[in-house]
Amino acid sequence: MNTKILFALALCLCTQVAIGQKYFSKSGKISFFSDTDMEKIEAENTSASTVIDFSSGAIEWAVLIQGFQFEKALMQEHFNENYMESSKYPKAKFKGVIEDHTKVDLTKDGTYEVMVNGELEIRGIKKPVSTKAKIDVANKMFTGTCSFSVMIADYGIKVPKVVENNIADEVDITILAEYKPL
Amino acid sequence: MKIYRYAFILFILLGCSLNLISQESDLLSLLDEEETTHYTTASFKATRVINLHSLENMSAGELDIKIQHRFGFISGGAYELWGLDQSTIRIGADYGVTNSFMIGLGRSSYEKTYDGFMKLKVLRQSTGAKNMPVTLALFSSMAIKTLKPSDPNRENYFSNNLYYAFQMILGRKFSDAFSLQLSPSLVHRNLVATAEESNDVVALGVGGRIKLSKRVSLNAEYIYVWPDQIADIYTNSFSIGFDIETGGHVFQLHFSNSTSMIEKGFIAETVGEWGKGEVHLGFNISRVFNLK
Repeated sequence: MNTKILFALALCLCTQVAIGQKYFSKSGKISFFSDTDMEKIEAENTSASTVIDFSSGAIEWAVLIQGFQFEKALMQEHFNENYMESSKYPKAKFKGVIEDHTKVDLTKDGTYEVMVNGELEIRGIKKPVSTKAKIDVANKMFTGTCSFSVMIADYGIKVPKVVENNIADEVDITILAEYKPL
Repeated sequence: MKIYRYAFILFILLGCSLNLISQESDLLSLLDEEETTHYTTASFKATRVINLHSLENMSAGELDIKIQHRFGFISGGAYELWGLDQSTIRIGADYGVTNSFMIGLGRSSYEKTYDGFMKLKVLRQSTGAKNMPVTLALFSSMAIKTLKPSDPNRENYFSNNLYYAFQMILGRKFSDAFSLQLSPSLVHRNLVATAEESNDVVALGVGGRIKLSKRVSLNAEYIYVWPDQIADIYTNSFSIGFDIETGGHVFQLHFSNSTSMIEKGFIAETVGEWGKGEVHLGFNISRVFNLK
């Protein structure tokens, strides 16, 4: 008898893992903006992948550098060739934790402010990132948004003197994804 | 028996927890990644290797104002300031109609020639979902010589001054640093100087680049002309130089034995002998404007 109960318990545990509390998106939007007096540079990628596991608060993002679309083709080429070296470092990744994920109630519509801590990897260089994020719950689905800025020098991106005034030292990054259950 | 059952349950539990750990360590692996096609870009920094058209096109809506300049032969020595006293120039504008179709116009001081061209990309090198090992482009140009005829007494038809060139540009970016292209070419001259010269000239151009740093590359090109088509005074074109990129400009600095900067000229009318120092110092400056 005892074993049967244990067995049932084990099965329960298994199913719990299988259902999980994981949500994903494959069409996450990541855009960045560099603003100087000389030039405004903007690019957007609309095919970033992301998964959130609400049981642990773990969050991950990955994006193909080559998928960033610029207004000017030449900028896009320089971005890939000279600054990001996208053939060598094809992806940027983020791995972190939503610290206060327990306060998000996915059954109740509303906006939740959360804190995300983690590591952002660009050009193979990992740096800690800590930022506020927003989770908008509506109809058991939710949208995650977040914006923060990074210093490009932190990721080993060097800007030559001639275009020094065209590229900002600090670039603003905006992130948005509509999550669906996995 | 009981102990086996416990072991079995323990095994399942362990399996589950292991499963949990592995899933948490890499959440993104839960998503199956769709394979995308990745098109190779920047095989060359400019739409010219040096004189030869490279496999690159202007993007849609991009206008490239090109100033091409060749000084005189270095063999002129100190008296000619190693060629710096003379100059031959081509001023041109290239425009990307679509991402795979570009057109261009130019005017060369050499024989006061106007030229126009079209270049169409047929295949694009790519990896991923769609795998294509090479880029293939088709090129066609026409030139009109407006230099006053040498013999004013002869009847000079307008068509005497027309030249045509056709090229297939087949190339591949082998690595970030190394790209190579072949340019089988046909030049047609409506009028040639002597009966010994043929109106059609078949040639094979080879062009390549080695990237020395992110913004500097070493380029070279050679054009082999099959024998018995052009007069003996003409030789094969060889050019070597650097591409230097600065933001919206590409600066190409090179040495070439060709004076003309258009196909009918540098393929079929190159007179300089490298061995005798009959080489031009030259440059192409390209400035890109976005019209869209």
